[in-house]
Amino acid sequence: MNLFADGRRKWVGVALIALALIGLPFALAAAGTAWVRIANLAILFAFLALGLNIVVGFAGLLDLGYIAFYGVGAYAYALLASPHFNLHLPFWVILPIGALVACVFGVLLGAPTLKLRGDYLAIVTLGFGEIVRIFLNNLSQPVNITNGPQGISRIDPFSFGAFNFSRNETIAGLAFSGPIKYYYLLLALLLLAIVVNLRLQHSRIGRAWEAIREDEVAARAMGINTTRIKLLAFAMGASFGGIAGGMFAAIQGFISPESFVLVESVMVLSMVVLGGMGNVWGVVLGAVLLTFVPELLRDWVQPVQQSLFGRTLIEPEVIRMLLFGLALVLMMLFRPAGLLPSAVRKRELAKTE
Amino acid sequence: MDIFLQQIINGLTLGSVYAIVALGYTMVYGIIQLINFAHGELVMIGAMVAFSVINALAGTHLPPVLIVLIGVLAAVPACMLVGYAMERIAYRPLRNAPRLAPLITAIGISIILQHVALLVWSRNPLAFPQIIPFVTFSVGGAIISGVQIAIILISVLMMGALTFMVYRTKLGIAMRATSQNPQVAGLMGIDIDRIISFTFIVGAALAAVAGVMVGTYYGIAHYGMGSLLGMKAFSAAVLGGIGNLAGAMLGGILLGIVEALGAGYIGDLTNNVFGSNYQDVFAFLVLIGVLVFRPSGLLGERVGDRA
Repeated sequence: MNLFADGRRKWVGVALIALALIGLPFALAAAGTAWVRIANLAILFAFLALGLNIVVGFAGLLDLGYIAFYGVGAYAYALLASPHFNLHLPFWVILPIGALVACVFGVLLGAPTLKLRGDYLAIVTLGFGEIVRIFLNNLSQPVNITNGPQGISRIDPFSFGAFNFSRNETIAGLAFSGPIKYYYLLLALLLLAIVVNLRLQHSRIGRAWEAIREDEVAARAMGINTTRIKLLAFAMGASFGGIAGGMFAAIQGFISPESFVLVESVMVLSMVVLGGMGNVWGVVLGAVLLTFVPELLRDWVQPVQQSLFGRTLIEPEVIRMLLFGLALVLMMLFRPAGLLPSAVRKRELAKTE
Repeated sequence: MDIFLQQIINGLTLGSVYAIVALGYTMVYGIIQLINFAHGELVMIGAMVAFSVINALAGTHLPPVLIVLIGVLAAVPACMLVGYAMERIAYRPLRNAPRLAPLITAIGISIILQHVALLVWSRNPLAFPQIIPFVTFSVGGAIISGVQIAIILISVLMMGALTFMVYRTKLGIAMRATSQNPQVAGLMGIDIDRIISFTFIVGAALAAVAGVMVGTYYGIAHYGMGSLLGMKAFSAAVLGGIGNLAGAMLGGILLGIVEALGAGYIGDLTNNVFGSNYQDVFAFLVLIGVLVFRPSGLLGERVGDRA
């Protein structure tokens, strides 16, 4: 935000960005409602990536099973607000429950592993992600909890009393489709998450995370209870994942274990790495880029291949994955601090040894 | 009693494969303290290359054993090349970078390799042609197949050869010196870069053979087969004590047996609440258990918590 160094110009800039964000869904709706949905997905992923950023960016712990917390949150929402158990709790009750459940899972996973070196944590979280998926897939017997691979459908959308977020409405002469209403809700939640992240980063805890990331032994010597502070990062990241999962379940109306595979964890990690680990704005940028670019590619890659070769050689899905993989490798090799590097991160990653 | 023996035999077979893959993890870890996340993908590529060769030769009238052998001979150099390229491109430039960096490139490499394999060999599981006649022997009420015997024997041979190489040859001495202290090893005239490349190549060759074994044992190869197998082999390496060769072998075999017995008995033990579809959970539970109670593994030295 150095662009608007001068105080008054800064506020003009913020106002312009706010106006653009408010107008965006209507512009996108003109190109097709699908694009509004994609924008919603981008915001959701930004939220998710902010949660992972607490763990990977702030505290420097590599979590490869992050999507499991997202899944836990999504299933918590789906089970408490769908015909599956015939429960229909309101969303402001369930989202905190989802956050809490994900948080408990985070602590359960983190407690035994956070005492150890970072790379162990990476592989254990990777395994944890797989385990959660296996359980989601198989917990349809003997008691049908997750409904197995079929997943859970007809999940309640968000609603405030009679105001339902999935219905189309005309307010003050403007046509608000379901996705547009969700857009504003998600945007508000994302802003809240950004504020929480920024405040966290500069708090006492945030500085402790930074100290641990830079040098754990020195941090401990300074009197930081490293295990507890790391566990805190893990739990907070997990709660963010849980909330994002709940929102995902409500927006999609349907979830299945398919949505919570390792590849998704890698995707969220790519977003954090691409934008710049530890930098809140960078992470949001990374999430937006990695959601929109593959969709744009999907739009023209297939027709181009059709006209060049007469058939689709490389499916868009594969291109998307290759893009994530390349983003991880190339960013680490050539711009390890990300597109928008955080000041500390830049200093830290620039020095060798 | 025969179920028990049968599961032990199945576990030994699976465990031999885990041990061979675990050796690759442990060697790389021992020398540069890096978990090579993409190691599992080398197993997958080995299986895929071997599949292509075996499939192409299945129609000819060569003896089946020779066809499989040719498959191995094709898979090994292919994996060596990929292993070497992996180290040069993704790990060497980051050798002095913070720990997180090579871990992240490793994930990236793993995703790229998987999807390149998907492009080359298709998204569907590939069924190996059934060229090896299914011979079985009966041992005390249990059945052991020719393929299982071959897998166990070849694994033992390879472990022996590797142990000999590491402890009895000049190259092995250089490897051990590098793993103990790269700076001093460099001062003693050891070309560290070459030794590290060599370690990756040996690990890749082992992974290639393991890939062919898995492929012929299950009769199937798939572009995604590497990650779960890799994770299990890593668990095996941690169980035995990471960085320790004998540990990787022991850990692999133990893990194979635990998994087989677990899958065989979990239904009876839990009154069929949990079935063998939870087989993949055991490796992970073993990993957590080891990390909680004995992070250094069965044969390993203490793991310091270097940040």
